[in-house]
Amino acid sequence: MSLRNVGIVYRKELTEALRDRRTVISTILVPLLLFPILSVGFGSLAVALVGKAKEEVPKVMLRGGEDSPAVVDGLKKLDKIEIVPETPGWKDQIINKEIRAAVEIPSGFQADVAQQKSDTVKIFNYQGEMKSEFATDKIETYLKEYRDKVVKERLAAKNLAETVLKPFEVDRENVAPPEKVSGAAFGGIIGYMVILLCMTGAMYPAMDLTAGEKERGTMETILSSPISRMHLVLGKFFLILTAALGTAALSVLSMGVSFSVLGHYTSQSAGGRAAAAEFLLKLGPKTVISVFLMALPVAVLFSATLMTIALFAKTYKEAQSYLTPMTFVVIFPAIAAMLPGVELTPKLSLIPILNVSLLCKELVAGTYHWNYIAIIFSSTCVYAAVALFLAIKMFQRESVLFRS
Amino acid sequence: MIEARGLSKRFHDKKRGEIRAVDNVTFTCQPGKIYGLLGANGAGKTTTLRMLATILEPTDGTAIVCGHDVVEQPEKVRSKVGFLSTATALYRRLTAQEFVEYFGRLNGLDEATLKKRVDDIFNRLDMNGFRDRRCDKLSTGMMQKTSIARTLVHDPQVMIFDEPTNGLDIMTARTITAFIRECRNNGKTVIFSTHIMSEVEKLCDTIGIIQSGKLLVEGSLAQLRDKYAEHEVEEIFVKVVTPHYLAEEAN
Repeated sequence: MSLRNVGIVYRKELTEALRDRRTVISTILVPLLLFPILSVGFGSLAVALVGKAKEEVPKVMLRGGEDSPAVVDGLKKLDKIEIVPETPGWKDQIINKEIRAAVEIPSGFQADVAQQKSDTVKIFNYQGEMKSEFATDKIETYLKEYRDKVVKERLAAKNLAETVLKPFEVDRENVAPPEKVSGAAFGGIIGYMVILLCMTGAMYPAMDLTAGEKERGTMETILSSPISRMHLVLGKFFLILTAALGTAALSVLSMGVSFSVLGHYTSQSAGGRAAAAEFLLKLGPKTVISVFLMALPVAVLFSATLMTIALFAKTYKEAQSYLTPMTFVVIFPAIAAMLPGVELTPKLSLIPILNVSLLCKELVAGTYHWNYIAIIFSSTCVYAAVALFLAIKMFQRESVLFRS
Repeated sequence: MIEARGLSKRFHDKKRGEIRAVDNVTFTCQPGKIYGLLGANGAGKTTTLRMLATILEPTDGTAIVCGHDVVEQPEKVRSKVGFLSTATALYRRLTAQEFVEYFGRLNGLDEATLKKRVDDIFNRLDMNGFRDRRCDKLSTGMMQKTSIARTLVHDPQVMIFDEPTNGLDIMTARTITAFIRECRNNGKTVIFSTHIMSEVEKLCDTIGIIQSGKLLVEGSLAQLRDKYAEHEVEEIFVKVVTPHYLAEEAN
């Protein structure tokens, strides 16, 4: 096999790809900009919106309570809550967001509490609506504190210790190292992102170098040159593989930078994202290299498969219609690996894409099951080799190259 | 030299069944001569030439191009052949020079030889004004010159032209016909297909008339004029093709 010819084709395809606006956008710009926009942009927007919602002083309607002045006074003194008197149509007012909640104090509540009778204070809200939930939380917190105060007073009156009601504590303690905890939480998404981005990175060049070449009329030109079809397909394949791995690498890099920026600038409200940022920054080169090594045969599999499928198409548009459904074929197993409770088993380790996704989860958590790594790497290599073999065969079929 | 020996190509079509695109075609093209393959659309010209250029593989028969068998040694055949058709487009994102160099490298030229060859061709075809311009920014004439440069970069002994002037304006078409003549004068073996009768009259040393994949008749223009007692190529063509055309229609 002449590596020189493969190299000539690869260099030419790379030159063309870097001059093609669509390839540069899909392979370089989108992965570089997607995460900053998604995480920093949307993250900051979410933080700003949540902050704004918290700053608003919600109106809460008081129903009843005329004979319970202490409770009503307590409610009125609550910080950042405006208690408004009862008006008709209060339910509609909550639905229409004119008021955020309503609190109903039963008749004779304070007297009942004094006589140790049980009553129910009801809070009416708009479930799932953020500002309504904030108002409800504040009212509920106040009422629970009031109840605790009453309990303490009753215990004190009877000379009983607080431990009468709380005979023992329940406490939980994590023994897993922090990287494993973070790995379990975020490990799935790393594998998912790398796999999905390998796919999306390979997709555009796969179409451009096959169906695109047919459409532009250059397929016949290149086939009239002395290069063997195997060298031609390998040159093209390596370019598609470069795009797949490049997209994934740029995305992971961009994701890491975005999260670290986010971790610096977000407050506690973005705790989840800050934790993710901290975790990503802790990913050592060993983990990153391991994930990419495992992603390599998957990228080969995608590149060869997408190229083979796109080769059947006569036009770029036709190729698009063949390849778009492929995204779902990849997304399902990758998502399945993220589900809680789905773990590596000998059977699952043979299912392409799912196996690598599951393994990435383990690798990110710092667990190296060498037997699974061997099975998954070799099985994916076999699938990739079959896909590449098919691509080479397809390039030798006139019925595919000159489909009319 | 090109020797086609019982060259045949069958395709399978889901609706029409087996199609004999080229059926047992035998002919010889000599160095320093132009062989014109004349036929209507769908007669089998393109398929024949694609088999000679080893872009398609014959179903039966073979052809020997510069001593190499198209079935056994397709890569060696391609290294001896320059193939040009209106379907052989340019890589639009490469410059004219990069495009020609790419094909030179694929033909195994070393960098020193390639540079000398490219400079020589670009001077000869007056292409220096646009050598660094991307192919998608070239005029039709410039594109044709770049295609010609691509076919010449490895100095092939055989030139195959598949309807090279199809759809071109008259000035660009004249560039191509002048180039075909030049190839003959340089001792290359030239075969070209066309359905334009005037091109055949102007260029061809030998004419082969093809219909439904079969080579019906061949000879020099003088021989065909004598045989069919007609002066115009168009009349000769009609006389040769009509009986077969009617027979096919009847079938």
